[in-house]
Amino acid sequence: MSDIFNNKIGRRAVLGGGIAGASMLAMPAVLRAQDKSLKVGVYGGYFKDSFDKNIFADFTKASGIAVESVAEPTGEAWLVQLEQAAKAGAAPADVSMMSQVSMLKGQSTNLWAPLDLAKIPNAKNLIDRFVNKYPDGKVAGIGAVSWYITLVSNTDVFKEAPTSWAAMWEKDKEDKLGLLALVSNSFLLEVTAKTFMGGTKALDTEEGIVKALEKLAELKPNVRLWYRDEAQFEQALKSGEIPMGQYYHDVTGLAAADGNPVRSTFPKEGGIQDSGCWALSRASKKTEEAHTFINYMCQPAIQAILSRKVGTAPTIKRDLLDLTAEEFAAVSSEIEPIVPRYDLYQTKSDFLNQKWTEMIAG
Amino acid sequence: MRREPPQRLGDYGPLFFPAGMLTLFFVVPFATMIAVSFFQRQQGGFYTPAFVLDNYARFLSLFFGKVLGFSLFLAVAVAIACVVVGVPFTYLLARSSRKTQIAWLVALLSILSLSEVMIGFAWSTLFSRTAGITNLFVWLGLMSQAQALTPSFGAVMTAMAYQAFPYTVLVLYPALVRLDPTLSEAARTLGASPAKAFFTVVVPALRNTILATLIMVFIFALGSYLLPQLLGRPQHWTLSVLITDQAIYQSNMPFAAAMAVFLVLVSLALVGLAVYAGRQKEAK
Repeated sequence: MSDIFNNKIGRRAVLGGGIAGASMLAMPAVLRAQDKSLKVGVYGGYFKDSFDKNIFADFTKASGIAVESVAEPTGEAWLVQLEQAAKAGAAPADVSMMSQVSMLKGQSTNLWAPLDLAKIPNAKNLIDRFVNKYPDGKVAGIGAVSWYITLVSNTDVFKEAPTSWAAMWEKDKEDKLGLLALVSNSFLLEVTAKTFMGGTKALDTEEGIVKALEKLAELKPNVRLWYRDEAQFEQALKSGEIPMGQYYHDVTGLAAADGNPVRSTFPKEGGIQDSGCWALSRASKKTEEAHTFINYMCQPAIQAILSRKVGTAPTIKRDLLDLTAEEFAAVSSEIEPIVPRYDLYQTKSDFLNQKWTEMIAG
Repeated sequence: MRREPPQRLGDYGPLFFPAGMLTLFFVVPFATMIAVSFFQRQQGGFYTPAFVLDNYARFLSLFFGKVLGFSLFLAVAVAIACVVVGVPFTYLLARSSRKTQIAWLVALLSILSLSEVMIGFAWSTLFSRTAGITNLFVWLGLMSQAQALTPSFGAVMTAMAYQAFPYTVLVLYPALVRLDPTLSEAARTLGASPAKAFFTVVVPALRNTILATLIMVFIFALGSYLLPQLLGRPQHWTLSVLITDQAIYQSNMPFAAAMAVFLVLVSLALVGLAVYAGRQKEAK
């Protein structure tokens, strides 16, 4: 054996073969369908795994386009990477799932290639607010999935379900709440405006924002935990250590189904609906494939699969879906949601962040 | 073998590798950070290269002053707590049997293998109302009702001191093992009580080691950002927490960089002051 390695094949050839072999193993999807492929960015972890398993394989079967899924980091790191790659003419992913604030930031630098709705006939299924547009009316992104943040509580501690976000301000909640720590992911300004100030329009002016912050400051004695880490709050909610707060509707539903004493309530003012968009990098050369993919994702049947398998709320109209009442309630609600004022987090982000930090840490 | 000062360039050879590494992994990133701290923030976008002082100007406010003050206070408090517990502990450890020493050192070293996240979650469970140590106190009849000990300043301090304690012992241990036992024996012979011998002979003899330990724990604690978040209220968040918020969640790199530069400068100044004070005392 050693003779073969020493004489007939050089050491370099063996090494080279090894590297080639390893890269073949790493990219099986590319090798299978070299002619038509698409790189799709989705949040890494649970999301990417669910999409790989439930969505992408079927899409490849239906369209002949191989999907290479790319795990994107949450936060804005992915936006920065896409932006810098686009400047160099490269696209680490053709289509990416982006948060609303990232969509707006990308629009400010024309990062997103305009989409042609004629090639996405299924876009007519969408609820209007899930079509992201440039100021001149061109389409920048198409709603991919949405999810709700609701008022959650521990059923052992609070026998009666709360009915309004105003319950958080009540005296008996002292030191009992867990809330998200950042202005841009808690959306509590919008909650305050909708609950006490007649709607999120009240946040149009800086005076309105300051008033909402003052109202929010009244909550401080009631807040035990301002969390950045979801696991920390989820654990405390299940054990009753922190018996109320804001949390994700789908995850809370799963925890309740596992037998934990928790419930998720859509308050009468509505749950907070956040969402992700499909957007195409302007550096991508796969425009056709991207349109095919986005069109595929807007089908009622696919949105129903997402709701059942991934736990996201549909971005298309309720009456088009074949979800049962229970299936729909597990991910969404008919109550008009609180839609975050994403525009503020773009135009006034530093002001909001400064005032917010001073409010909670001051 | 006689040691000669290096004559030719080649004699400095062994230094090139560490110098290169230091440049590549410390000087370059740090210089980048300083450069970014002067860049222009584009709200709702990214940043553009420029030379503006806005980022530093924003930092110079009462609010950030208080946060910086608290961060420094917390780091100093943790350093002092670690040394106050660590010196007597290590002194006794160095005088115990070899078997005991090994057991303790292995236990302490194993703490180092725990990540900050695990330490944070473990303490938050121990300090919780539903599963924490107060339940034990209730069972023992010391308390009438279980209560939550977190979030609080005490919880942050405890976890941070716990995390820094192994380093404290590891720095103190060699000096204490090498400490001449005849020193305290002489003090005892001359009539000092064990406590008096410890404070008047052992502690002064170790002054430089103790100062070095204080500085090391201080710097270690200054960078902590997870434990204050997990175990403290917002007023216990350190400057590092706010830097992370700006860098990761607001994508305001210039401001985050400016805060980080400020933190480094202030801590360097404090360390310099401590070393200088130590020298002055020694000179007397």
